[in-house]
Amino acid sequence: MSLDRREFLAKGTMFLLLTGAASRAWAFIEQGRPQDAPDYDLATHWWAMFIDIEKCIGCGRCVDACKVENDVPPEAYYSRTWVERYIIPPIDPADPMAEILPIVDSPNAGRDGFPEVPAVAGAKSFFVPKLCNHCAESPCTQVCPVGATFRGPDGVVLIDKTWCVGCRYCIQACPYGCRFLDPRTNTADKCTLCYHRITRGLTTACCEVCPTQARVLGNLRNPDDPIHQLLKEHNVQVLKPNLATGAKAYYNGLDGAVR
Amino acid sequence: MHTLPGVEGFMYPNEMELQWSILIVIYPYLTGLVAGAFILASLQRVFNVEAVKPTYRLALLTALAFMLIAPLPLQLHLGHPERSLEMFLTPHTTSAMAMFGFVYLWYLLAVLVIEIWLEFRPYIVEQAQTASGALRLFYRALTLGSYNVSPHALEIDDRVGRIITVVGIPSAFLLHGYVGFIFGSIKANPWWSTPLMPVVFLFSAIVSGIAAVLLIYLVYCKLSKIPIDMPCLDSMAKYLYYAFLVDFSLEMLDLIHRIYVSDESFKSLDFMVHTRLYGSQVVGQIVLGTVLPIGLLGLTQLLSLSVQVRQRLYVTAGALTMAGIFLMRWNVVIGGQLFSKSFLGYTTYKMGFATREGLLPALVVLVLPLLVLWVLVRLFPPMEEQRPAPARPGDQA
Repeated sequence: MSLDRREFLAKGTMFLLLTGAASRAWAFIEQGRPQDAPDYDLATHWWAMFIDIEKCIGCGRCVDACKVENDVPPEAYYSRTWVERYIIPPIDPADPMAEILPIVDSPNAGRDGFPEVPAVAGAKSFFVPKLCNHCAESPCTQVCPVGATFRGPDGVVLIDKTWCVGCRYCIQACPYGCRFLDPRTNTADKCTLCYHRITRGLTTACCEVCPTQARVLGNLRNPDDPIHQLLKEHNVQVLKPNLATGAKAYYNGLDGAVR
Repeated sequence: MHTLPGVEGFMYPNEMELQWSILIVIYPYLTGLVAGAFILASLQRVFNVEAVKPTYRLALLTALAFMLIAPLPLQLHLGHPERSLEMFLTPHTTSAMAMFGFVYLWYLLAVLVIEIWLEFRPYIVEQAQTASGALRLFYRALTLGSYNVSPHALEIDDRVGRIITVVGIPSAFLLHGYVGFIFGSIKANPWWSTPLMPVVFLFSAIVSGIAAVLLIYLVYCKLSKIPIDMPCLDSMAKYLYYAFLVDFSLEMLDLIHRIYVSDESFKSLDFMVHTRLYGSQVVGQIVLGTVLPIGLLGLTQLLSLSVQVRQRLYVTAGALTMAGIFLMRWNVVIGGQLFSKSFLGYTTYKMGFATREGLLPALVVLVLPLLVLWVLVRLFPPMEEQRPAPARPGDQA
């Protein structure tokens, strides 16, 4: 094996910085084939996320981290993840049949946190982090006319941006509003579950920065993954279960009003 | 709370902008006209409705003209039109949109083009022998080398044409029913997600196709100085009336079902119909675009009116029908994106003018099929036998 000085320095620096498995995987990640990296086995992963509404404080760090880590356009209407604030007024004993409409907002997708609002007497309030649910039976991949978006064997729904025709059918088909058209590439875009990180043994950017561990990434194929304990110890629900999408974002403390 | 201009209540952040524009409104509108015109044409060929025979060729050419332009709004809309061929080369078999490409191609190449070719073959052969210059070459190419127009050959043409029409009717049903399925199969969107959608699309296609051919027939007769065949016009109006009644009944069935069932989306959709869609749906589509033309057509069925009055009523009803069906497409496509899938908010459609998906390209795409038709009827005159023979010198008036 012969290396010139430039190659030696590049490889040596990379080895020092990334060390171990990550350095071996880096070449594959650069080629856009992280799944081929020697230390990432697609067949032994089935990714899911546990989201604890009772722990989310609405700080928006997850939204910010996602934007920065994944180079997401800064505008709120291009969001891979966002946080919603729900304020649910109490039932009025004088008119218990009156419809209770939750007051929901997500200023700048929750990236800058939430400004105080006048208190509604007796109301309950909570934050709901949202991201792609990486559905097992994903309606978005079903409708893609060219198969540019797909669910990998590890359960992550991804988009091949070199193949996407930009018809936006997938955006219409997502019940959770998790997709958008990237104005720079004119292709669909969404949360990749930080695929470039999780295939290197790291967690997602949003989970990484969450100060309360309201978001926890887990591998359901690994019996020792803590997510199993979390799912066992909490009453969890997925969003819009009636649509049977096989959503893999499991929420603890999800109020029935949340859509 | 924080709201953006045009946004009311809460929308998911990615829902603020509409993804499907007026071009996607035009697309099902055009394919509907194709299917409707073809079904009208097949009335004569398969069901032997002799009264509509004068419009047979014109209806086929109308279908072809709209069919050739129908993919254009889709191409304009795509983020990467240069990759659109991938829908045929690497289709995703679970995608309604991908499979639609094949339905479209089948209909265009295996039904419409062959039927028109068979129908005009004697004319093509005649022109290949009598025309001059480039036109002669054009018609010679179209003969595909066959100059045999003997009675026996024409009889075979007729038989094959009949088989193709028989295949063509379910194909036309499939073509536009499938467009409805593209919307109706989206379970994420309750405004679209109904098994009635393909059926409603199909009948509205028949309605708009008949109305379009009726209007084009009248205009063509006027421009070509061909006398209007009133029994033909009356028959078309009758079919329009009955098809419209079925279409309206289906739409009302959908509406009544939604009101009665009142699922979780109902309040949101109901609010939208009473506010943002009130003008285009209640006033435009239902009152002016459906009830009024049905009423006008009903009058012509009930009363015995003079030819002139009938013609005026048909033109008015036809034009209102065309507008009503366009608004139906608008309300489906645009309306289906004005409310949040959280059922908690509403947004606004902001249409540009001279932008890629703005009003100007939309108008161009709407006018283009008429220009194509203008060329087609010049190349393949559809009603020559109905043109009165020119008066020769010495003829008595």
